[in-house]
Amino acid sequence: MKGLPPVLITAIVLVAGFVLCALQFPNIASTRVVCNLLTDNAFLGIVATGMTFVIISGGIDLSVGSVIGFTTVFVALAIERWGMPPLVAFAAILALSAAFGAAMGAVIHLFDLPPFIVTLAGMFLARGASFLLSTESVPITAPIYSTVSDFALRLPGGGRLTAVAIIMLVIVIGGALLLQLTRFGANVYALGGSRVTASLMGVAVGKMTIRIYMLSSLLAGIAGIVFSFYTGAGYSLSAVGVELDTIAAVVIGGTLLTGGQGSVVGTFLGVLIQGLIQTYINFDGTLSSWWTKIATGVLLFAFIALQQVMIALARRPAVRPAGATS
Amino acid sequence: METSPDSAPCLLEVRGISKSFGAVRALQDVDFTLRAGEIHALLGENGAGKSTLIKVVTGVFPRDAGIVRLGGAEVAPRSSKAALEAGIATVYQEVNLLPNLSVAQNLFLDRQPMRFGIVREGEMRRRAKALLAEFGLDIDVAAPLGSYSVAIQHVTAIARAVDLSARVLILDEPTASLDRHEVEILFKIMRQLAGRGIGIVFVSHFLDQVYEISDRITVLRNGRLVGERETASLPRLELIRMMLGRELAETTSARAPASEQQVREICASFEGYGKSGYVAPFNLELRHGEVVGLAGLLGSGRTETARLVFGAERSDQGQAKVEGAPVRLQTPRDGVRHGFGYCPEERKTEGIVAELTVRENIVLALQAKRGLYLPLSRREQDEIAARFVKLLDIRPPDPERPVGLLSGGNQQKVLLARWLATSPRLLVLDEPTRGIDVGAHAEIIRLIRELCEDGLALLVISSELDEIVTYSDRVVVLRDRAHVEELQGEAIDVSNILAAIAADNSAVAQEGRP
Repeated sequence: MKGLPPVLITAIVLVAGFVLCALQFPNIASTRVVCNLLTDNAFLGIVATGMTFVIISGGIDLSVGSVIGFTTVFVALAIERWGMPPLVAFAAILALSAAFGAAMGAVIHLFDLPPFIVTLAGMFLARGASFLLSTESVPITAPIYSTVSDFALRLPGGGRLTAVAIIMLVIVIGGALLLQLTRFGANVYALGGSRVTASLMGVAVGKMTIRIYMLSSLLAGIAGIVFSFYTGAGYSLSAVGVELDTIAAVVIGGTLLTGGQGSVVGTFLGVLIQGLIQTYINFDGTLSSWWTKIATGVLLFAFIALQQVMIALARRPAVRPAGATS
Repeated sequence: METSPDSAPCLLEVRGISKSFGAVRALQDVDFTLRAGEIHALLGENGAGKSTLIKVVTGVFPRDAGIVRLGGAEVAPRSSKAALEAGIATVYQEVNLLPNLSVAQNLFLDRQPMRFGIVREGEMRRRAKALLAEFGLDIDVAAPLGSYSVAIQHVTAIARAVDLSARVLILDEPTASLDRHEVEILFKIMRQLAGRGIGIVFVSHFLDQVYEISDRITVLRNGRLVGERETASLPRLELIRMMLGRELAETTSARAPASEQQVREICASFEGYGKSGYVAPFNLELRHGEVVGLAGLLGSGRTETARLVFGAERSDQGQAKVEGAPVRLQTPRDGVRHGFGYCPEERKTEGIVAELTVRENIVLALQAKRGLYLPLSRREQDEIAARFVKLLDIRPPDPERPVGLLSGGNQQKVLLARWLATSPRLLVLDEPTRGIDVGAHAEIIRLIRELCEDGLALLVISSELDEIVTYSDRVVVLRDRAHVEELQGEAIDVSNILAAIAADNSAVAQEGRP
């Protein structure tokens, strides 16, 4: 055992932060606040789950924020203007976003391009397309929206576990199981270790790349639907910069930006840490909400530095002779 | 079962393999035969064609001619994955596994035991443990592979290959980063696998290990097959002759008797110079107008000596003097400042810049020496380039041609020109005739002699012993990273060098290495 695993450090930071906040504002330690925190960050948790797969596989997906934005506009227009039944609209946008991700994955693999560039192009493409659909905010009045918004599991202490929070928790748990327990998950780690070696060892690298980006875009699509539930509208400027919050959550959650290591659980904790900072600032009431960004920035720095130290520590025993391991 | 008899079934047959890279013929009509249950050493100096042969057999490179038969059936894998599926597994010096995954995942990647779409982690670990137990390893298979030593990683790679029903196992320099104890573990495993009928190809430049483990030896030189022998009946001297010597007849006669007795001024001297774990301390005097040859097997410390002399590697003991005055040689810049030049062995990666023109390559070192603030004018550059293109007869005589388009011999001349342009007092040439056709060979040798007559001091490394004999005034012989003998005058001939290299040294072989 050499040091703490990164996830554990993230968990300790979260718990310590929560205790500190609760000491100052005892009300924070209530199911109501915690449930609100989950609801407010539901879309972030969903999209960050997909991003975790991408980053562990050694890639990056900058397009997720734009896909969320496009999804909200598409869903709003489909329901309000084109008269689609909401469920049909949801199915259509999920198929569309999955195809979009698959296409980016295919381009990355076939042309051997850096994911950064390909998904950057995807980001502009999706954002541009959403402006093409509508430049103004489109309110959604379909009955399903009020039904979903009103639905909640009541918890003791006044907390309301909303539908979107439940969707997020299901996706996080499903994502964690997919990553840890399946062959797909093992291959994601393998790809992050080394694409060349993984391919030599029999992993179908091309197929995997396509599926990973498909998963990320699909989850971004789901996050978009959740976001439209949350705001009750479709707007082409929504979720601008969310890809960066997402990457921050993944990294704070202990996933290596270079790939090969990380976990969905860690990412979820990273999302909660960001949410906690936001909650603290809301409670304080005097701080500018931009302090969230500053605190996130400081945390990111700290975690990246920590990762470098961990990597350096992990490398050291490799030069020791056999038998020295335990 | 220690040695397999000739009657053992032929497992892998390689017949008439040829492979060229552009104008360079890396393999010419090479045969190789591996019998079931034998450990077969594949030997040769750098550039002999060992790696190319392995890569052609395992489908990494397409072959130009020849056939490969495995168990009697012809195979032509297109990739190392296909080769693995056919039953030929390769474990490279750099372990080709994933250090971030657990040992168990590495062993069973993409073929994990599954139930309802879920990897049966417990079952996989149990199988991994059982598999490694066959190789005498009892480790925590859930830990990441990268947390284990290279030796364990090697064994894991071998276990995976064997478990994938490999019939032929190619081990490329498997012992290079292992210590003595780990080597013994590996050898035990190799013998055990051979006992199960697996054919093992063992590539190594540690001759003691080759004698310890192998049943049979195949030697390549310059892309050609030199011969196949049984290890037990091949004396070490004979083996080294196979690896290094060419037609021994033509050697000594070609030697220039011209410059023998006159005492020359010392250009640079090194006393007790060395670096622990790199090269043992040595004394070396380099005189103006004299060629000193460095002879020895691959890995004997020739290149290491050259790098120390030039300053490409920091020494940690001893004193260097240039023209009698003590100097510090800690970086290549120091070397350049004192008028040293170094043409490295890896022309492509360490020497020429293929995309730049002949002119730009030639002025590179001179410009670096002058510094950024004294740029050479285009006219000066043209003059210098034109002079050296003419002097060294670089063909085609076009200074504006990208160097990458020139033949190997002409690239070598451009490298020489680069250093000559700085008017050096000492030039270090590492394998100046490697990968060059025979005509250019003679020309480079002629150039070396001419340079020497102009008062330059030269330190030349070569695996071609007859070549060293031809141009050297003195020859330093290296073995196991130490200078073991210095030959002068009449004593310089191929058989003396071979004798010095082959002197039995099994006791020091491993301990000399880091």
